[in-house]
Amino acid sequence: MILDVPLSALAAQVFTGLVLGGILVLMAVGLSLIFGLMTVVNFSHGALYMLGAYVAFTLLGVTKSFWLTLILAPLVVGTVGLIIQRFLIRPLYGRSPDDPLLLTFGLSLVLVESVKVVWGKVGLTVDPPRDLAGAVNLGFMNFPVYRLFVVAVTALVLVGLWLFLEKTNVGLVIRAGTRDPLMVRALGVDLGRIWLLVFGLGIGLAGLAGVLAGPMRGVYAEMGVEIIIECFVVVVVGGMGSLPGAIVAGLLIGEIVSLTTFFAPKMAEIVVFLVMAIVLLVRPSGLFGEAGLAE
Amino acid sequence: MDRRAFLATGAAAAATFTFPAILRAQSRDPIRIGFPLPLTGTFAAIAADLQRGAQLAHEEINAKGGIMGRKLEVLFRDDQLKPAVGAQRTKELIENDKADFIVGGLAAHVQMAINEQTKAAKKLYISVSQSDEISAKPDTSPLTFHEALNPTITSRAMAQFGMQNIGKKWWVVYADYAWGKQNNAVFSDRIAKLGGTILGNTPYPLGKPEFSAHLPKIQAAKPDAILAVTPGADNVPFLKQAISFGLKKEARIAQPLHFLFYTKEGGAEVFQDIYGATHFCHELAETIPESKRYVEAFQKKFNQPPDAYSTYGYSGIKEIARGVELAKSTDSDQVANALRKNREYNHYKGKQYWRACDNKSFQDLWILKVRAPQQVKGEWGLFDVVGKVAANEELERTCAEKGHA
Repeated sequence: MILDVPLSALAAQVFTGLVLGGILVLMAVGLSLIFGLMTVVNFSHGALYMLGAYVAFTLLGVTKSFWLTLILAPLVVGTVGLIIQRFLIRPLYGRSPDDPLLLTFGLSLVLVESVKVVWGKVGLTVDPPRDLAGAVNLGFMNFPVYRLFVVAVTALVLVGLWLFLEKTNVGLVIRAGTRDPLMVRALGVDLGRIWLLVFGLGIGLAGLAGVLAGPMRGVYAEMGVEIIIECFVVVVVGGMGSLPGAIVAGLLIGEIVSLTTFFAPKMAEIVVFLVMAIVLLVRPSGLFGEAGLAE
Repeated sequence: MDRRAFLATGAAAAATFTFPAILRAQSRDPIRIGFPLPLTGTFAAIAADLQRGAQLAHEEINAKGGIMGRKLEVLFRDDQLKPAVGAQRTKELIENDKADFIVGGLAAHVQMAINEQTKAAKKLYISVSQSDEISAKPDTSPLTFHEALNPTITSRAMAQFGMQNIGKKWWVVYADYAWGKQNNAVFSDRIAKLGGTILGNTPYPLGKPEFSAHLPKIQAAKPDAILAVTPGADNVPFLKQAISFGLKKEARIAQPLHFLFYTKEGGAEVFQDIYGATHFCHELAETIPESKRYVEAFQKKFNQPPDAYSTYGYSGIKEIARGVELAKSTDSDQVANALRKNREYNHYKGKQYWRACDNKSFQDLWILKVRAPQQVKGEWGLFDVVGKVAANEELERTCAEKGHA
């Protein structure tokens, strides 16, 4: 017993927090990657997460296979990301960082309204696949199988991403590009293609988060608006541009929200900003951030 | 006059005497009702239903020769679910379109904005969606009528039915905004008065349907039943998460209102056995002749059954027509007085009446339970009517409690 609360209840709360954090991590990793490499603050990240959920809804209707949808939908959204980068972000290279921020903010409004035109204003529902429906007894609680699956997918994707960044040549260039883009260019590397790739990858991850969130939270046009705020908090707390920071901060925020919800539900909305304020006071560049990256 | 000329004159005369209403209707200005409603925004689906009901009333009235021989026009305007837009549209309807009356508004805060305009312009306004304040001082006025149920009536009725039929130990999950908070307060108060227990409650931000962090705590408290005030797009995710955590098996679930369209969208598998109140559902056609007529006329015109809110639009328009006929005038004060004096009316489900002190409509309401998937009748037969709560002023605050002397 801690504070008169049975340990099993706390364990249940920690477990639910893991899922909340998992979705945030998938979002924040992409956001952080994009910012770290090209200092673009992508405000449309939430809208693309939402687009992922809608694309999954449609693909599920066409393919009748959740597993195929899980692979195809992030690819579709990632492709949209490539198009955005090539035709909207690239013309803004060399201008102030405010310009892509404004552009992606406007883009998020356009995407939300377009989705309403195409899929209607009323929200949609997606079911988890039969194999993942129901709950499993973890000893301290019955936990939905689908949510365990979300944690597993998140972990797999992160391991894959780590291998890609640490063990491949392209990953090496990306890491170098984050540190010193000028030097990398001087060495004759075409950073334009790397930026395109990273933007598509980050957006694809947002799409994947949307696909995974659909069966839990439903699919509706405003779903990205809420999560984008939490994602920015995660990226700021973790340190802008830092991958380990995004992962640690994502899980941390998920757990903090979950535990606060247990003890003081009304505080759950505010506490993430409180954490951000404290981190900014103590470590202005974030938990894992390096000072001066955005300058 | 030969025989042919005689017949022609006779036929013309007969036509004149037989259709005086039509002739008069064509000879004078129409009576205009302005109808602001959120055709875009979160409640667009309910607004569309509300509009269909009003269109049906409009068509029926004109088919019978209009009101006092004058044609009726209903002018629908999109208020975008925003108070400022609602106020602006109402002002335009009254000043530019010369609307004689206003019916409409589909959210507590937009109603208030509309009501401020109709009060200033001294026009009669029939509000057609839930709000406690609209019929209470200081917001209400002698020209403000409230056709819909309100959170007090809905949640007291649900508490009463719930204590008798659903469970004694409750947990309340509610969206943390005006309508959610009111339902939580009224319901909790009533449950306690009736000898039940509220084990706890869970406020969550409206439009953020992630309930997983709340569910283990609710499960640990082991309530008999849960009141879920999870409106609009939050409804289905809440139920799905309750199912996936096994909560739906452990506790019964009730919500203040059921909507046919949302229930159909979510499906009987998700909504099975969920309780909810309503002032109308198309299943009432099986037992109430007025409802049968309404549902059949609606089905014929729109090729789908009516959801609950269509009847508010229908009844609102019909009440204006009845008031004008009674008062023999389109003057708002006279129409309002006529309605208060002849307070009983019956347009689609049996008798309703206006309470004189606050112009609040009192009406029967029903408790519904969603059928199991294999028991759903056809495409739309999702509800079982499991209880009736007859019109009853005990369910509402008293005139004095609402500030009416």
